[in-house]
Amino acid sequence: MRSASHQARRSALILACFAAIITLLLAGTWLATRARVEANQNAARAALLAQALPAGLFDNDLTASRQPLPEAAAWLLNGHAAANVYRASKAGQPSGVVFEAAAPNGYGGRIELLVGIAADGKLQGVRVVNHKETPGLGDYIDLSVSSWARQFVGRDSDTQRSWQVRKDGGDLDYVSGATISARAVAATVGRVADYFRDHRSALLQGTP
Amino acid sequence: MSNWQDISRNGLWRQNPGLVQLLGLCPVLAISNNVVNALALGLATTLVTALSGTAVASVRKLVPHEIRNPIFIMIIAALVSCVDLAMNAWLHELYLVLGIFIPLITTNCIVMARAEAFAARNGVADAALDGLMMGLGLTGVLVVLGGLRELLGKGTLLAGADKLFGEAGHAMVLQLAPANYQFLLALLPPGAFLGLGLLIAGKNMLDARQRRIAAAAANPVTLPARQP
Repeated sequence: MRSASHQARRSALILACFAAIITLLLAGTWLATRARVEANQNAARAALLAQALPAGLFDNDLTASRQPLPEAAAWLLNGHAAANVYRASKAGQPSGVVFEAAAPNGYGGRIELLVGIAADGKLQGVRVVNHKETPGLGDYIDLSVSSWARQFVGRDSDTQRSWQVRKDGGDLDYVSGATISARAVAATVGRVADYFRDHRSALLQGTP
Repeated sequence: MSNWQDISRNGLWRQNPGLVQLLGLCPVLAISNNVVNALALGLATTLVTALSGTAVASVRKLVPHEIRNPIFIMIIAALVSCVDLAMNAWLHELYLVLGIFIPLITTNCIVMARAEAFAARNGVADAALDGLMMGLGLTGVLVVLGGLRELLGKGTLLAGADKLFGEAGHAMVLQLAPANYQFLLALLPPGAFLGLGLLIAGKNMLDARQRRIAAAAANPVTLPARQP
């Protein structure tokens, strides 16, 4: 019996030594990569934001202008309790906003979007950030797959009342066989546009 | 030296993880919808199998037999986490594409299987070569399957190569069909199963032919008479 318990103690000790060495290795790698990973994530977010607003429209640091939306608005536009809005300005004058929006009702679930609107109410860009639509079918909403999302650019949140695809009587294009993805994005963009129209001055002043 | 040839031939063909051992099929089927994703995941897996083979073989004499599995799992999980962090830091674009499949390399049975079946019983150099060859064998299957599915499904090859090769990648994309061409079956998971089935059948056919030729060469008398 003594040798069995001795054996068990020896095994436990070896296991603990390996765990300790491996923990050190992981901690070291995490420390070595942390700064770069954070820089990458910030750069990726800044690049995405810049795709929702044309470069000529702002000269401030968009990622730094982040403000939380009121909770009711976050639920309405993002489907979550917390969402942000980014305020663009040029030469000190407010020039537009970018919303973190999301469509809760895509074919594969939630579709996360960035919607950029200029101060005059014109849509500047709709960019799908994250989605689970069927590859090769519903993923055309993503700008890296097709230019479908560009049709929102230039539409006026003041005057456009219907944000529906052609199949539902609206004037937005869609790909037949994958209507649900387009419908979900279009409806969300519509909610963002309506919200911007109703809260324009507060949003541009930075007091959403 | 012939030992090394043996190890290489096993990994690349005779014991190919994708076509013969059929281990780690989840990523093979999920990621092989185009060449670039397939190549990237294949290379990441190769890195892990080679590193884990080396690591396991170099500690094998310190590890008591009855607790070898937990220790191998820890080593593999740690290596995958390191590769995951390193890709996040230095290959961020690609990291975003492969997403969850990098951490899931941990659960790819081929890594554990080679640690247990080969690296735990062989020297460091052999184990490293075995891991490398097994990984490359899997990468080969992934790339062929990815190429088949991308070609049939979208009519392109190497779409999105810029994520792997930088700006030069834009010039590598081959568009072989009209831009709106699409064959969904090939892109969706059933296409992966069908494609892999065809690849396995093809390999078995080649092997059978090889055996027939070898048998015929060894025993020419039994050759069937040719039709005039």
